[in-house]
Amino acid sequence: MEKNGSGLETELRLGLPGGTEVEKNEKKRVFEEFDDKAAVHKNQVVGWPPVAAFRRKNSFNGGKMYVKVSMDGAPFLRKVDLSMHKGYSELVTSLEDLFGCFGIGEALKEDEKNNEFVPIYEDKDGDWMLLGDVPWEMFANSCKRLRVMKRAEANGVGLHAKDLLKGLSKEE
Amino acid sequence: MCLFQFQSVMNYFPEEVLEHVFDFLTSHRDRNTVSLVCKSWYSVERFSREKVFIGNCYAVNPERLIARFPRLRSLTLKGKPHFADFNLVPDGWGGHVYPWIEAMAKSGINLEELKLKRMVVSDESLELLAKSFPNFKSLVLVSCEGFTTVGLAAIASNCRFLRELDLQENEVDDLKGKWLSCFPESCTSLVSLNFACLKGEVNVVALERLVARCPNLRSLRLNHTVPLEVLQKILVRAPQLSDLGTGSFTHDPDSETFIKLKNAMKNCHSIRSLSGFLDVNGRCLPAIYPICISLTSLNLSYAPGIFSNELIKLICHCKKIERLWILDTIGDKGLGVVANTCKELQELRVFPSDLYGVGNTAVTEEGLVAISAGCPKLNSILYFCQQMTNAALITVAKNCPNFIRFRLCTLDPIVPDAVTNQPLDEGFGAIVQSCKRLTRLSVSGLLTDQVFLYIGMYAEQLEMLSIAFAGDSDKGMLYVLNGCKKLKKLEIRDSPFGNMALLSDMGKYETMRSLWMSSCEVTLGGCKTLAEKMPWLNVEIINEHEAGEGEGEASCDDRHRVEKMYLYRTLVGPRKDAPDFVWTL
Repeated sequence: MEKNGSGLETELRLGLPGGTEVEKNEKKRVFEEFDDKAAVHKNQVVGWPPVAAFRRKNSFNGGKMYVKVSMDGAPFLRKVDLSMHKGYSELVTSLEDLFGCFGIGEALKEDEKNNEFVPIYEDKDGDWMLLGDVPWEMFANSCKRLRVMKRAEANGVGLHAKDLLKGLSKEE
Repeated sequence: MCLFQFQSVMNYFPEEVLEHVFDFLTSHRDRNTVSLVCKSWYSVERFSREKVFIGNCYAVNPERLIARFPRLRSLTLKGKPHFADFNLVPDGWGGHVYPWIEAMAKSGINLEELKLKRMVVSDESLELLAKSFPNFKSLVLVSCEGFTTVGLAAIASNCRFLRELDLQENEVDDLKGKWLSCFPESCTSLVSLNFACLKGEVNVVALERLVARCPNLRSLRLNHTVPLEVLQKILVRAPQLSDLGTGSFTHDPDSETFIKLKNAMKNCHSIRSLSGFLDVNGRCLPAIYPICISLTSLNLSYAPGIFSNELIKLICHCKKIERLWILDTIGDKGLGVVANTCKELQELRVFPSDLYGVGNTAVTEEGLVAISAGCPKLNSILYFCQQMTNAALITVAKNCPNFIRFRLCTLDPIVPDAVTNQPLDEGFGAIVQSCKRLTRLSVSGLLTDQVFLYIGMYAEQLEMLSIAFAGDSDKGMLYVLNGCKKLKKLEIRDSPFGNMALLSDMGKYETMRSLWMSSCEVTLGGCKTLAEKMPWLNVEIINEHEAGEGEGEASCDDRHRVEKMYLYRTLVGPRKDAPDFVWTL
């Protein structure tokens, strides 16, 4: 992470030279506490946008967030309500109940050799993401569908249980 | 006749006449002013005052309130600072109402109305309230927390003359109790009942019977558990309603129930204010078209289930709307329709529907410009948008010189002008220069000290200013403190303002209600200096991370930046209920 400047130095601007220029060093101080200036832009900052906590909890999809869940090898899909879960570990437990299996949550405790399943989700951009990287609320608001992959397929794309572990334990 | 002569003449009249004259002063500001004229006016005023407004519950205490206003009947109290809404104030900070209720109960105050905002309200407080004031009529709780349906049951059971129970956006632990059934058969006085923020089911039979026996019921807002069938029955019983909050609004539009609902709606000629649709099937919306033409207030901001095209169709019927709260799913195109249709519009709030996503549905500067051009009576706006430009803001300023409240929130807090990449200083500068009656302003986007120069120079009536991620140096804050003579509340987060600005005019804070600064550059030393010099201020340092570790050396270092500081003027010194993580200097 560059500590000098705010990352705006290399940005092409349409203003006249010598026009209103942000004092770069001053701006830097505002962002000191953020690990990544991009965090500010991507709304990962606490309390921004300034939507009241009550409204955040209640005005999105009427509270209910049903998404489809597919499991490799299972003949039909299920649905799970994300709003009924407070975090990743609760969700993983629900998934294990739904498909009557163990192993989705195994990645929490065991090392990577043993976890058979890797849970991933499709986000609003249409990208498939590994569960656990982002804060729970952000995930819940951007998840369109879930899929529980078998490990064998996941290996091919370089997903490791370590990453899953890190993401899941962050929210504990 | 000058005031002095007038006052002398007034003093020849017996106190009852003065009192009668004061009766015509309804605003608490006017009454406060009048009480400053002379001792006898102060005395007459205080014995005749029935309504008191306290904007910061820690500025005074219950004892002083009761001592000065023994005939108090209606009290409004506000607790936590505004930024508490955005999770910036840790749980347990304070704002408890119990001591106030306890003191008033003990002193025999004949309390009839209580309105609380951002306070902690326990079930014990509600129980004490319900049992201590036999004439209690109205309870309004806004953004409060700490109570459950048990407390509500106490209110319902004991307040025999209850007219109003209005719960707005509170965090209530819904223990699925039967609070609604606790209204006795003898309760027929309800005028207003709002339980939209409750999560649990209510006894719908009890609800219908309650509605049926309260002929004066004007305002009813249901929660999402009340189904459409029940709404239909309620509307049949209460066609006189003027304010309705639907619960769930989803049903088979071909069913008989739905047809009955449509007919019931047609019969509700008095509805002027509509909200709810907490769970909605867009195909059911045509049922409300007949009442749309008379609506003056419409709140669809909790209805993400209404799609953009359905929203637009609905708006087309709302020609008399004065207050509109919607989600940004309406889009710029939809705002264009609002601009063409809603010529009486005074207040618009556009909330984000998608906090974390790409924001394809968000609105831009185009929508705002359209509204400003089409709605000549617009005077209050809260607008969450994906992007903004100076040119747009300058146009808006020209179109709408009458803004009283202007709050703009870009979803990216430091986004520059979308076309020129410049800071948005000029745009906001145009707003404050044009809108001479502006009392509340929130700024966002990329902003330098320049915007604050403009604010200090032009925003003469400004009372409340919210700043986030803005400015370059202490100069910014100084411009505001020196320029805005009527400033009452200043809240700043993540901006590079430090001790120099904080300490430049310490007396200023005694003319203000409060100052909040978080993630700025002020240090512990600076705050200590301020607290030492200004005994009439409480300077609170909120240190949630330090709690439990004790006051370690690191946290006592005067050079350390303070994470969160909240200061406010007060007559009663440091508060005794401050938790561990709050340090009053």
